[in-house]
This record gives sequence, C-alpha cells and structure tokens, in this order.
Amino acid sequence: MNKSNDEYKKYVERHAVPSPIVSNCVKAFLVGGTICCMGQVLFLLYKNVLEMSEINARALVSATLIFGAILLTGFDVFDDIAKFGGAGTLVPITGFANAVVAPALDTKAEGWILGVGAKLFTISGPVILYGTLASAVYGTVYYIVMLIMR
Amino acid sequence: MDIFLGCLKAFIVGGIFCVISQVLIDKTKFTPARILVGYVVMGVILTAIGIYEPIVKFAGAGATVPLTGFGYTLAKGVEKAVDEIGILGVLSGGITATATGITAAIVFGFIAALVFPSHPKK
Amino acid sequence: MRKIIKFKNKPKILSSASVVGKKENRGPLSKYFDIHDETDKFGQKTFEQAESEMQRLALNLALSKIKTPQKNIEAVFAGDLMNQCTGSSYGLASFGIPYFGLYGACSTAAEGLILSGMTVNSGIYEKVACLSSSHNSSAERQFRFPLEYGNQRPPTAQWTATAAAAFIIGKEDTEEFKSYACLAEALAGKIIDKGISDANNMGAAMAPAAADTILRFFSQNKHSPEDFDLIVTGDLGYEGHSICKEILADEGLKLGDNFNDCGKLIFDKETQDTHSGGSGCGCSASVTAGYIMEGFKNGIFRDVLLVGTGALMSPMSIQQGLSIAGIGHLIRISAVDKNEE
Repeated sequence: MNKSNDEYKKYVERHAVPSPIVSNCVKAFLVGGTICCMGQVLFLLYKNVLEMSEINARALVSATLIFGAILLTGFDVFDDIAKFGGAGTLVPITGFANAVVAPALDTKAEGWILGVGAKLFTISGPVILYGTLASAVYGTVYYIVMLIMR
Repeated sequence: MDIFLGCLKAFIVGGIFCVISQVLIDKTKFTPARILVGYVVMGVILTAIGIYEPIVKFAGAGATVPLTGFGYTLAKGVEKAVDEIGILGVLSGGITATATGITAAIVFGFIAALVFPSHPKK
Repeated sequence: MRKIIKFKNKPKILSSASVVGKKENRGPLSKYFDIHDETDKFGQKTFEQAESEMQRLALNLALSKIKTPQKNIEAVFAGDLMNQCTGSSYGLASFGIPYFGLYGACSTAAEGLILSGMTVNSGIYEKVACLSSSHNSSAERQFRFPLEYGNQRPPTAQWTATAAAAFIIGKEDTEEFKSYACLAEALAGKIIDKGISDANNMGAAMAPAAADTILRFFSQNKHSPEDFDLIVTGDLGYEGHSICKEILADEGLKLGDNFNDCGKLIFDKETQDTHSGGSGCGCSASVTAGYIMEGFKNGIFRDVLLVGTGALMSPMSIQQGLSIAGIGHLIRISAVDKNEE
C-alpha cells in the first residue's frame, strides 16, 4: 500500500501471468507460414496457368486472400483462427482485410454513412494513411536523387 | 520440385515475419493497429534502401503477403510512377500500385456488411 | 476519520433477480441465475438494446417475486458501462420510477446498494430498487475492438460478463414474503490511482483501491476476517485478487479461503477461456443477486462483505495514455436474524 507508483507498476509487471510466448510464436509461425504458402501457390497458379504478369498475379493474390479473410470473418470463423494464430493472421494481408470488415459488420446499426462508412476505417485507416505518407516521402526523395544522379 | 521449394521459402520467411510481430505484441504490449502501421512503413523503408527487393526475389509470397509487402508495393509503385511521369508520380504511384488490395478490401468488406451480422465473442 | 456507515434500521433485501447471457449460463453459477438468453440479444436488434432489455427483465422479475407493483417503488438507483448510462436509462424508462443514474464503473452494484441502504435506513424512502448491468458485446464494441476483429487477449485480460441484476431494498417485509438478508454496514471507497495504464490488466489497477477499503473497514471495528462467511471483491479477477491478497498480507491482514472474487466465481477458468476472470457491472451484481442471496436463503451465508470494485476510466482516457484509477465500495450484508454489532 505504501509502494510508490513506480514500485507498484514494477511489482504488477513481475506479478502478471506472462503470455505463453513460445507457443504463441510457434502458432504464429505455422499459421502465418501457411497463409504465405497459400499465397505462393495462388501466385504460381495465376502466373503460369492464367498467364498473368507478375505484378497482376501478385495483386490478384492479395485480392483472393482478402476475399477469403472477409468471408471467414462473415462466417464468424476468422476471430477463432486469429485467437489461435495471433500475429500469424494479423501480419499477412488477411489481418488488414479483417481490420476493414470487422468494424463494418459491427456498425450497421449506427447507419450506412457514419456507421459503416466511417467506422470501416477505424483500424485500417492508419495503415493506409501512414503507408501512403511513407510512399510519398520516399517518392520525393527518389525524385530528388534521380535528378541529382542524372 | 521448384514449386515445393518456392512454397517452403514462402512458408519460412512469411512465418518469420509473423513471429517477429508476435514477440513485439507479447513483450511490448504493442496494439495490433500499431503493428500493422509499423509493418507497412517498415516495408516502404526497407524497399527504399534496397533490402526488401532481394527478400521478395527469394521468398515470393512469403515477402509480399505480409503487410511489409504492402509497403513494398507502395514503394515500387511510387518508383515506377516517378520514373514514368516525374514529380506527379510522388502523388499517384503508391495508391495506384496498391489500388487492387485497398479496393478489394473496401468492396468485399462492404458486401460482407450487407450480408452478415456480427456475432458475440465466444 | 471517515466512519463506517452503520445501518441501524437494517434495510432488508426484499428481493433480487439476475439475468445473464449464454456464457454465464454455461458457467459454474448457472443454477443461481433466473433468466438467460442463448443469443445474448434478448430479442432486441442490437447488443446495446439487449443490455437495456436485461435491466427491464431483471427489475420486472425482482418485483414479481414479491408481488409488488412498480408504483410502490419510490426510487431506483441504477447504472451500467455503456455511453452515459444508456443501458439503465433506456431499460428503466417504461417503469416511471424516479431514477438516479449512477456511474461507478463495475462497482455500481455496491454503490447502488449503499445509496439504497442510506435512503431506506434514514426513512427517506420505504422501498427502492437498485440495478446494474453489463453486456460483453456492448463493452467490447465500446472499450476494445469490433466483435469480429481477430486478436489475442493476454492472460491478465478479463471478460466482461453479460449480466444484469436487480435488488429491491425496503424497510419492512411485505405481508407474504419474508426476507433473508439485510444491509448492515457500508464503507464508501476512495479513488486510488497507482499508475497502472494497461487496460488489459484492470485487476491490478483496482486491487489497491479494494485493499484500501478492506483495511479501513477492519481497522475501524472489532471484526476479524474469520467472522465473515465470505469476503468477496467485485471483479478483480485472478490477477487482481491475488495482488489484493498480497497487499493486505503486507499490511498484516491475512485473509483465508473465505476471501474470493465474483470475477473468479462466475466463469470456469479452465474451460471457458476467460483468462483472468469476469468483469463488468453485471458481474458482481449477478453473483450477489444469484449466488450470495441464495446462500442467505439456505443459511450457508450469515454474514458477507461485498467489495464492489470499479476501474474509473474511459476509452478516451486510455487513448490519451492516462493511468487507470480504481475504487472499492464495501457493503456488509447480514442475515436478517443475526443480532450483533
């Protein structure tokens, strides 16, 4: 009771049951690896069988995985896989897709404009914002470097 | 055999990306949203300094499917656009290259919202 | 010295009722709850409206158990976690009972019982009602993530219970029904902030507040912890409860097996995947209204201390990085025929 806030914080951190980090990592590796492996199979399929360019095949792989993740979210299965796989479902594009659709499903009652329309981006919005921002910064640097080098 | 090897590489590299994030979540209490943002920005930076391209060459989908791959696509798109149309490419390149993914997520996400309800947590 | 409130006129708990969701109904206390719904929606369109409906059902049932019309209730003290207490105000609007909306986070049930006790004991009111509720789905949406969002919860995280409970507190028994328990003493909690800002470890944020109230209670009277059949905290969960126990032990107050936590009681840790245990306004409310009141009825409990714990924060305060303050309101519930100070 007489502990200072810092002492109490340290005590609480020591006391806390730690996350089962080793088993979490193994699961994340297996689930994430499997999703990427599926991506590779699809990529080869699109490239070799449908004879698409690498860039287009890659884009279609993303779209396919996004579609799959959204379907699984709709059927109330994705959160179970994510509970098991942790970062294994978060880091692949599937995590982004889930982040888009989950708030959309949830906010229908708040209307199509300020509910679904606005909340669709609550988690994925920052990803698009900072990703685009980073690309614009890189583009500017790249442009200047190219000017100098020419 | 090539297919198998390609898949194995994708599996291992993709898996490693996920493990790094898992360690960050469990050890530093990073929220998932921060991880996502961090990965995309990291992807742009690693591509910019030339590290990510070789990883993509090596691991294929193992490097393009994780969100760092999203950053890679953004960076490659902006490079290509700047090469082709100059300074305007800075503004158009990133989003153009990633348009398929973003639009797919928005369109499928919206359709899903029309069709499915959300369920209580189990 | 802030003294213990002694209810000399022993306000009686005339009736209590509990309404829970699917997961709570699968838990170890299932048989003590009155109403449950397998869909968690209670026939409503949204989970928020479902929470209101749960309060309505709880009050209706508590009234009908003692065949008392709602016009005999002079005031209702109620609260919940949803934005600006909408669970209570929408759920109780149709009753037309003068309404006091409370916000004590998850300590609301204990806070309401204390206020009910004070107003009935002093003779201001003859009969009042006290309610609180929480709904896992409405709380997830407000405080955490969308329901279908896939994430892993750390071991210290708690599970907001889908539960509502109502109590009717009155001066005298009705003619037909005899009550078993009454409110004997109370001690209001202080807001205590020990700098914990991890929203996934609420137990640790609230434990010092609960410990403070318990220490102040035992330092002011002759009771020892063994005098009570049960000393139960609201929703510290496994993590917070064990911290609270250690704090008390450090201060020289050793609590034994009669020290428990509603958040630990309501779910089965092994099979229900609830991590550190239950939480939410409805957690301590429904455990008290169901399990503890049944204990008084069967004579298993004669004297119980409930320390309703609450984490005083909002999604805004968490986003701004502020630490989470806790509170612990203590109420002593005794058997009606127990005669001692």
